Amino acid sequence: MTIDWTAFTPWSGVIGGAIIGLAVALLLLANGRIAGISGIVGGLLRPSTGDIAWRVAFVAGLVAAPVAYAIVATLPPINVEASYPTLVLAGLLVGVGTRYGAGCTSGHAVCGISRLSLRSIGATLAFMAAGFLTVFVVSHLLGA
Amino acid sequence: MYALSSFIAGLIFGLGLLVSRMANPAKVLGFLDLAGAWDPSLAFVMIGAVAIGAVAFAMARRRASGWLGTPITLPATRTIDGRLVGGSLLFGIGWGLAGFCPGPALVALGAGIGKALVFVAAMLAGMLVFELLERFGPSSGREEARWHL
Repeated sequence: MTIDWTAFTPWSGVIGGAIIGLAVALLLLANGRIAGISGIVGGLLRPSTGDIAWRVAFVAGLVAAPVAYAIVATLPPINVEASYPTLVLAGLLVGVGTRYGAGCTSGHAVCGISRLSLRSIGATLAFMAAGFLTVFVVSHLLGA
Repeated sequence: MYALSSFIAGLIFGLGLLVSRMANPAKVLGFLDLAGAWDPSLAFVMIGAVAIGAVAFAMARRRASGWLGTPITLPATRTIDGRLVGGSLLFGIGWGLAGFCPGPALVALGAGIGKALVFVAAMLAGMLVFELLERFGPSSGREEARWHL
């Protein structure tokens, strides 16, 4: 294993992570909800009374974030190297997988580890392992 | 008030993803590429997020309801079953293919990245497939998937 020191950004990582933690804290302590993004989005496809507005509002906040960021600073680069067919396949897998797995990086990794949920830690280990293996196969075995 | 607070939480979450550079799939793939030139940054994002998150959940445990008066609802399910592991494995494969998970994809969409729109549309289609299988598939009628994060 070699560390890419030129790409490594520990400080913006920790600070950005803490900001994510504050968002989790606000939704939890004010609204009483867990900031699990796949669950918040997925719940919109299974509407129940009085449960739509806060979900739409949270998603709108996420989508508005780069607009707000761009008012005060230049947006950091967002490089999507995947091809369109790969993006479609990846999106389908993320959609189906996060719903069967009952959570994604925010709900299981950030919130789940924060509250020491063994179930979420198990899910995090599973998707991290699958992510590592997929990148290894795609970048080093198939040589894409 | 409830929706406004939720909007602000989403906004702060998105800003955190931008500051941490995790809205960039290339950065996420740099973390997932253990055998290449490895970028450990994502682990530091987790450290920052969990440090604050752990305090928040410790505070939440002492309260029955949130600041806005609604109950604090925490997941009750504890079992690690095939659905959880199988679903998470599928999610991890998709995550490794494009470097997008749901939050960063929505932020990239807001930044006007066309490819994020394709990913988000496919993700919503995938979630809809799940809903249809739950309702009409071979295992429908089973106890509803209790908790979703």
